[in-house]
Amino acid sequence: MFEKNTSEQTAVSIRHLSKSFDGVEVLRDVDLEVREGDVVTILGSSGSGKSTLLRCINWLEQPDRGSIHIGGQRIGVNDAGRPMPVRELAKVRARTGMVFQSFNLWPHLNVLHNITEAPIHVLGKSKAEAEAHARELLEKVGMSPKADAYPNTLSGGQKQRVAIARALAMQPEVMLFDEPTSALDPELVGEVLAVIKDLSAEGYTMIVVTHEMAFSRAVSDKVVFLDKGLIIEQADPETFFTNPSTERVRKFLEREES
Amino acid sequence: MSNWEILWSARDQFWSGFFSTMEIFGLSISAAFLIGCGMLYLLEGSRPRLTVPLRVFIDGMRMLPFLILAYLLYYGLPAFDIRLDAWWSGVGALAVYHGCYFAEIFRGARLTFPPGQVEAAKAHGFTKGKMFFRLILPQIVMQTRPLLGNQLIYALKDTAFLVIITVQELTAAANSLAGTYFIPTEAFIVVIGFYWAVSVVMEIIIKQCGRFSAKRGFDHV
Repeated sequence: MFEKNTSEQTAVSIRHLSKSFDGVEVLRDVDLEVREGDVVTILGSSGSGKSTLLRCINWLEQPDRGSIHIGGQRIGVNDAGRPMPVRELAKVRARTGMVFQSFNLWPHLNVLHNITEAPIHVLGKSKAEAEAHARELLEKVGMSPKADAYPNTLSGGQKQRVAIARALAMQPEVMLFDEPTSALDPELVGEVLAVIKDLSAEGYTMIVVTHEMAFSRAVSDKVVFLDKGLIIEQADPETFFTNPSTERVRKFLEREES
Repeated sequence: MSNWEILWSARDQFWSGFFSTMEIFGLSISAAFLIGCGMLYLLEGSRPRLTVPLRVFIDGMRMLPFLILAYLLYYGLPAFDIRLDAWWSGVGALAVYHGCYFAEIFRGARLTFPPGQVEAAKAHGFTKGKMFFRLILPQIVMQTRPLLGNQLIYALKDTAFLVIITVQELTAAANSLAGTYFIPTEAFIVVIGFYWAVSVVMEIIIKQCGRFSAKRGFDHV
């Protein structure tokens, strides 16, 4: 266990993580430390394993080997080394907030209730408290006027901003973003990235899988590059984008610029 | 007295048959809905020891003529020392039979339920039960609304079979009046009117419910 509230505290610690799908190794012995308050962006071409890595962190995918700790608490495996009971797993999961590429809002609930659903029915908050918090979060993501709207009436960018508010409502220790702008029309990407940038300025711990290079450079404390399931480069954004140490990353950046 | 005047003077028999039909229908269809939801819940997850027998049971029921089930409950169960009167046999048969149809309708919709929404629920700390009842089931019901409406009409019509196991419902009333006064045509025309009226009212209600789901993008009314 870690001491609380030290600035160097580890938010997420990933050790020796490996995962295969049907004999294909998607992650190979991945190690990653994310400190509290840090923004880590994960880059890499499609199929490099970056989404799988993110989805392992909240156990949507179960790794074959290795361990993941969230705020000192191991996820998925209990102290006896056995698979975690469902309820316990749900509790650890709730310490992370996840934003999906395809939003995954619940269409039968309006915007406000999408946000209050889990705080009320998972965390056991009162309706009044959950709604007050939800309205604050809607304000933060610029969606207050749409509190009563249903998801099917929103644009992709609006849906994603609501999804971000929904994840924040759980007061997670770490936010996980799985290609949050990849399903958006180009003109809607900016509004979502702006919200994520604001969150980074507020000190949220975030792990972002993305293809947006300029964004990654602007918000990251650390950039991680995955290639065929291996982390081949891990650096501060300045070093990563101007002076990468591997040929693979140099090629990747050149292609992105062209 | 004309045949119609005879029926008018015996209207109390129709009304009592009608209310009995509505009581049987209301009770059995509510139970059937709950049975369908319960079965869908049990089909969640992957425990073949539970899901395989359940699927076999659902399919077995759907492939059975309703009348045989009603017979079985009324005449067959006493062999196992379970005695239900005609009324409860009828309600039970309708509930189980249409419950299986409901389950099958729900199951079809569950197969196309977006997996991303389940992932979002898990990521927000939901466990199976709350996820099912708060996030999955409401959407499945909204999505299957037109099919459910259709099933309600089938269930209403199936109540008429219960005349054969001596339940005193609407068709039984018509049968008895037709036999007493020898006026089958008029008596049966009257009950057709009752069944149509109830069906039309149900159709309107189900259609109105469609507005609720259309607002959420589930269908177009």
